[in-house]
Amino acid sequence: MIIVMAKNATTPLSKTPSGISGLDEVTQGGLPTGRPTLICGSAGCGKTLFGVQFLVKGILDYNEPGVFMSFEETVKDLSVNVKSLGFPLDKLAAEKKLRIDYVRVERSEIEETGEYDLEGIFIRLNHAIDSIGAKRVVLDTIESLFGGIENAAILRSELRRLFQWLREKGVTVVITGERGEKALTRQGLEEYVSDCVILLDFRVADQIATRRLRIVKYRGSEHGTNEYPFLIDDQGISVIPITSLQLNHSVSKEIISTGIPMADKLFDSGGVFKGSSLLLTGSAGTAKTIMASSFALASCKRNERTLYFSYEESKEQLLRNMMSVGINLRTHLQSGLLRVQSVRPSLSGLEMHLMMILKLMEEFKPQTVVIDPISSLLSIGSISEVRDILIRVIDMLKTKKINAFFTSLTQAGSSVDDSTVLAVSSLADIWIELTNDCREQQLGRNMRVIKARGMSHEMQPQPFSTTSKGIIDPRPLKK
Amino acid sequence: MKDKKDSAEKHSDDHFEEKMILQLYVSGMSPKSMEAIENIKRLCTEYLREAYELEIIDLYKNPGAAKEQQIIFSPSLVKTWPLPKKTLIGTFEDTEKVIKILGIKISE
Repeated sequence: MIIVMAKNATTPLSKTPSGISGLDEVTQGGLPTGRPTLICGSAGCGKTLFGVQFLVKGILDYNEPGVFMSFEETVKDLSVNVKSLGFPLDKLAAEKKLRIDYVRVERSEIEETGEYDLEGIFIRLNHAIDSIGAKRVVLDTIESLFGGIENAAILRSELRRLFQWLREKGVTVVITGERGEKALTRQGLEEYVSDCVILLDFRVADQIATRRLRIVKYRGSEHGTNEYPFLIDDQGISVIPITSLQLNHSVSKEIISTGIPMADKLFDSGGVFKGSSLLLTGSAGTAKTIMASSFALASCKRNERTLYFSYEESKEQLLRNMMSVGINLRTHLQSGLLRVQSVRPSLSGLEMHLMMILKLMEEFKPQTVVIDPISSLLSIGSISEVRDILIRVIDMLKTKKINAFFTSLTQAGSSVDDSTVLAVSSLADIWIELTNDCREQQLGRNMRVIKARGMSHEMQPQPFSTTSKGIIDPRPLKK
Repeated sequence: MKDKKDSAEKHSDDHFEEKMILQLYVSGMSPKSMEAIENIKRLCTEYLREAYELEIIDLYKNPGAAKEQQIIFSPSLVKTWPLPKKTLIGTFEDTEKVIKILGIKISE
């Protein structure tokens, strides 16, 4: 989208795509066109990268030239730092699509004697903008000026004038600011830039870094108010897209099989609703993976694309083990109907996993998704964080009417008391618990439906066995 | 750069005084610009007599100079010689302070 704009003619809701993947969904279209946006956060939170990406994507994807005014990094440092992301600053500068101006503030060299203004910056910006017809401008980090001078009052009023001038100039501006102790930025820049304020946050917990983004303010526009996880990877910043956190997805009345005939019988309808989410809990060795694989197999047999996230077993291990209970997944894997994604959760942070799940869902377009087990995610995040992530996954699954099957490992005993399970169980439509118990010196297994939204179901635990033909009811057939 | 050399040579030739090299960056005919020009011109003739070179640059007419010379504020007075390089900003009405910063020795 290219917005053609006359001076002073900004319509209130005109927006400029940010170039940050996922952010435009959160802001419902992008940053306010012709106005400044403040990006604040502590050191290392990705502010500079945000600015560079805003400009580079603006040039490459929307053909809007940009000016980068750097108060911290030299032109050379900046180019080197973003090169690994494939942002060719030198090339864009050579093509006259990008102008980088490094403003050096040297406190020891500057002495103040009387009144002055910031006209040097105005002239430099104006010259740079006009020379390439820039539509986008980044000021990174203009607050550094405060370090160079004593008279902060002059600077404040000059900055106010600068932002006003930039509005009149009709350029869309990203201003970065370092997080202050009491205010959002050290110098309270948020007072001058009141159009749009975005906060970036960077936390490290248990050696795993998580990055979050929040829209603090967006004048004249609706926006999501949550903290949105974001990633910095080889493609730059991407905010994790959340389609809608509303409960307004349409539902299906179609019944599908769980892949286990005796489990289907637990429900009066003879199966579960299509597009519902199932949670299967149980302690170690209660055949959770077998049930999950049966579900995946049933999905493949219906000719549905199936995505299986295996967090504890490798792909080959899973295929071999399931073969021993009569579940042949290999043919579907070969035909491309099934995809098994096997990865240790501790390899990356929660956000990375969420991103991977969502990216694969975009790519593969499955009709069934299995995550086995979700409890492994707890090794890299707190219960509430995992719940947060799962809400997003489930929401995405629901919107796309994808069948979901999650397993969760619990401590021995009833999983109803398990806090982890409680945190996620409310998200599931159907909750089945598997238990082991020793009766008459024999190990017996039971499955019990704890809840099933909108379906009447068997309340009693039902014994089951795993055989070379999968999960069966060991009791003789009732008459 | 050539100027620097000249004044260095001059310095060794006659030990009277070094030639000070100054650039004054202003933004058009703004009141602050005019005031700065006036103050600096007066200061130079009064205290430096012949021993100075002053160049006045209007940033509006020469916008590239702001980037090249790292000018942020206006008016800015840059002393490039003798070293150390100094940048003064403001209207320079405080003559004593300016003299001190520029390192002008007053021989009354």
